[in-house]
Amino acid sequence: MAINQEVLDEMLLPYPDKVQKNRTKHIVRKNPEEGCQQIEANTRTVPGIISQRGCCYAGCKGVVVGPIKDMITITHGPVGCAYYSWGTRRNKARADDITPPEQIYGAMCFVTDMQEPDIVFGGEKKLAKMIDEVVEMFHPRAVNVCATCPIGLIGDDLGAVTKKATEKHGIPVLAYNCEGYKGVSQSAGHHIANNILMENVIGSGDAEKNPSEFVVNLLGEYNIGGDSWEIERILHDIGYRVQGVITGDSSVEEMKNMHIANLNLVMCHRSINYIAEMMEEKYGIPWLKINFIGVEAIKKSLRDIAQVTGDETFIRKTEEVIAREEARVLPVIEHYRKICTGKTAFAFVGGSRSHHYQYLLKDLGMEVVVAGYEFAHRDDYEGRSVIPTIKTDADSKNIPELDIKPDPELYKEAHEHLNLTKEKFDEICSRVPLGNYEGMYPDMNGGTLMIDDCNHYEAEQLVKELKPDLFFAGVRDKYIAQKMGVPAKQLHSYDYSGPYAGFNGAMNFARDVANAMTTPAWKFIIPPWEKESENKGDINA
Amino acid sequence: MLECVPEGPVEHTIGKINPAKTCQPIGAMYAALGIHGCLPHSHGSQGCCAYHRMHLTRHFRDQVLASSSSFTEGASVFGGAVNLKTSIKNIFAIYNPEIIAVHTTCLSETIGDDLPTIIKQSEIPEGKRVIHTNTPSYSGSHITGFSNMVKSMVSYLAQATEPVKKDQVNILPGFVNPGDMREIRRIVDEMGIQMIMLPDTTGVLDAPQTNKYALFPEGGTTVDEIVDTGNSRLTLALGSWASDAAGAMLVEKCNVPCIPLRTPIGLKATDDFIMTLKEKCEVDVPKSLTVERGQVVDTLIDTHFHYQGKKVAIFGDPDIVIPLTEFVLTMGMIPKYVLTGTPGSRFETEVGKMFEEYQVEGSIAKADGDLFELHQWIKEEPVDLLMGTTYGKYIARAEDTPLVRVGFPILDRAVHPLMPITGYRGCLRLIEMVSNTLLDRRDRDAGDEDYEMVL
Repeated sequence: MAINQEVLDEMLLPYPDKVQKNRTKHIVRKNPEEGCQQIEANTRTVPGIISQRGCCYAGCKGVVVGPIKDMITITHGPVGCAYYSWGTRRNKARADDITPPEQIYGAMCFVTDMQEPDIVFGGEKKLAKMIDEVVEMFHPRAVNVCATCPIGLIGDDLGAVTKKATEKHGIPVLAYNCEGYKGVSQSAGHHIANNILMENVIGSGDAEKNPSEFVVNLLGEYNIGGDSWEIERILHDIGYRVQGVITGDSSVEEMKNMHIANLNLVMCHRSINYIAEMMEEKYGIPWLKINFIGVEAIKKSLRDIAQVTGDETFIRKTEEVIAREEARVLPVIEHYRKICTGKTAFAFVGGSRSHHYQYLLKDLGMEVVVAGYEFAHRDDYEGRSVIPTIKTDADSKNIPELDIKPDPELYKEAHEHLNLTKEKFDEICSRVPLGNYEGMYPDMNGGTLMIDDCNHYEAEQLVKELKPDLFFAGVRDKYIAQKMGVPAKQLHSYDYSGPYAGFNGAMNFARDVANAMTTPAWKFIIPPWEKESENKGDINA
Repeated sequence: MLECVPEGPVEHTIGKINPAKTCQPIGAMYAALGIHGCLPHSHGSQGCCAYHRMHLTRHFRDQVLASSSSFTEGASVFGGAVNLKTSIKNIFAIYNPEIIAVHTTCLSETIGDDLPTIIKQSEIPEGKRVIHTNTPSYSGSHITGFSNMVKSMVSYLAQATEPVKKDQVNILPGFVNPGDMREIRRIVDEMGIQMIMLPDTTGVLDAPQTNKYALFPEGGTTVDEIVDTGNSRLTLALGSWASDAAGAMLVEKCNVPCIPLRTPIGLKATDDFIMTLKEKCEVDVPKSLTVERGQVVDTLIDTHFHYQGKKVAIFGDPDIVIPLTEFVLTMGMIPKYVLTGTPGSRFETEVGKMFEEYQVEGSIAKADGDLFELHQWIKEEPVDLLMGTTYGKYIARAEDTPLVRVGFPILDRAVHPLMPITGYRGCLRLIEMVSNTLLDRRDRDAGDEDYEMVL
């Protein structure tokens, strides 16, 4: 079921000229004849458009640093931003050998609650005092301070306040200048968070690597609905040790020593590729793009990882785990596949998930006919090969790029990290896409649409035109789709279900999707007195 | 749960830990959704709009549409005039609402954008309207934002166009759920009184599934009705934090007298509401309402032993918490801790007066408080029941205290926004929730020998 170009052009006609010109560049109808088509991404949202996008603070505090369980995050600003990002993202955390329950702050919300006088006279003193009080009361291992819009305008020097606090309390107190107006979406905030964690946390520990272990980090995985735990379960079963996760159920204690890993695994490319790259530059650790969403994708990811280790034991164990898990979950998925097969879906999520979930839907025999990201860059659509050609504009220039140099003591070549000979490593690289991500485009079918920063108007028109069977988006769009008669599932928070990652996640997802489409209520929408009176006379039948 | 919270009584003097309020713009957005054919517009970074839509959507489980000026760094430096003018032009071209209700954010307030001037310079199609209100996040709370937006609706739109006031009443329901607005309307209808409710989110945020999608659902107060509020003979402002400002504006601008009342939650506040309507509109109270009231009193007598003497902590928005406190006193319970996140010392005075009236000693009333503080009090001296929003659930689990969910937001239970806590029916619902929660608890805690068929 594809949309033709004429219908698409017609859809954009009601837009004012400028908007039409702008939006046309963000919509690509895949033409397999053309090679990779260019899409516009990571540019300003059109003012007045009902966009799905959030802001820099949401990307920094809400997505990347908020989940770190043993850090207290103080939001410096008025009350709102902290309040909305309090417990709303479902990044779960639990106590373990490294982090006792009294060091977990995920259920708490800390904010300086700036008042008018603070805006007029500055809020630095208030912030400094709040840091003192909070450290004294809670004894966290480290503190984050995240800025909201007014901070940059009134000129509070977060860095100066946190530097003093670091000295005073003897724990890291980190400043994130992630004011909401920076950049064009959440994406700027991811980048800022990546920079600060890389500069201040990663590599600051002194753990020694045990040479008998193969150690991985999981980057860009936020443990929504317990995803990370399910992924770690599988990795542990094969025999890998997971040193740290950025940042699902993670602790600053674990993140400090992430530099001892043999390999970085990148789940969400958009939010975390910066750290993957910087760790490669600084320590030489190679990274691999993986996807643990959907049985086929998990199998490919696990096999890629095993290949990279070059270790027969891991390769064998990987196949054992795959066989064991498939035997367990495939019959269940097959049951739901019968319900889902042949159906179509739209997928609009923030970053990488719009791509990841296509694999899961393929497992169920469904096709994604329209997909888009809220805050992706061109490389998330077209693959990393386009990065050198992307011009930085005014909005991305104000996010600092760190100048990373190889660590004089810890830097090793990639093949050394993997305990491989250079020849063997090169041979593996020809088969496994280390350090690369090809983006969403290659996985889309001809005639399907990729839409960047899709807005309410476009989504509504496309639903009317293509009548998908399922709509995957965030909570703000869920009820819009459902009022149009299309079942909708939240892919940001999984409608409070989960995990959706891993083998167990594939089962959960299949069940939830089937339920969304088959819930009996859909049949009751039209009241009997408004239906065609075809059953007239049947009253006594 | 919450093992990180220090054991001993600690006091923090700066900022908020686990706030019991949020910022002004979300209140303004909610109020604006109560105008028919209105698109709320957030003048600031797009994250504010995204957060407010998300939170309202999670509470109401219904579509919340709103647009944003999508500030970037440039707009923050040079001002947001261009962004707002572009927004207004695009909104009318693409969505074609009857009216755009603009509210500010802490960013545009800090910059000092002059909204009236920018709106005057904008392209507004014939017959369409743009109104605005100032909602700096660094003062007041979401309730202040709601109040400011309703006041702006009046100051922009209400007009005294008739020589003689019409036989109709303005009802300002305040920041309550559509389920409450429906209940308030039902009572007024039952008494045979003509009314205009402002704002009215029924049909917008409790919209039915019809298989026909509407960008702007059927509900909401129409612009014509808002204009006509200037011709009403009387305004009842329910809940002084959310409704007094608009009520006062109607007095000042259109000479419509205003009677401030408590939100009709509980027996006494509902009685006052109905008595005021009876006296001011010179109508008889219909038997149906007398029967409803009698049912409430009957139920209170029948069930008092389930809850009388139990200690309760109540938190939430002032206009909800004050009459709710009054009702739990009517039920014979002891409101031990009564807290709102919204600033305003009047709150403490009003609740304090009730403590005196019912001779309650050793209770605390606090405005501009936070839930960390509430938790500290509860650790010091426990209560039998918590009443408040979803945000109380962590304390409930940490201290093993049952929670009855009331107010905004409720993010973890469905159907609340469609059901009233106002009016006599609301009384029954509150009694049911409180009794059953305490009885469920009693059953849970009972040994086999004490687990009984009849309670």
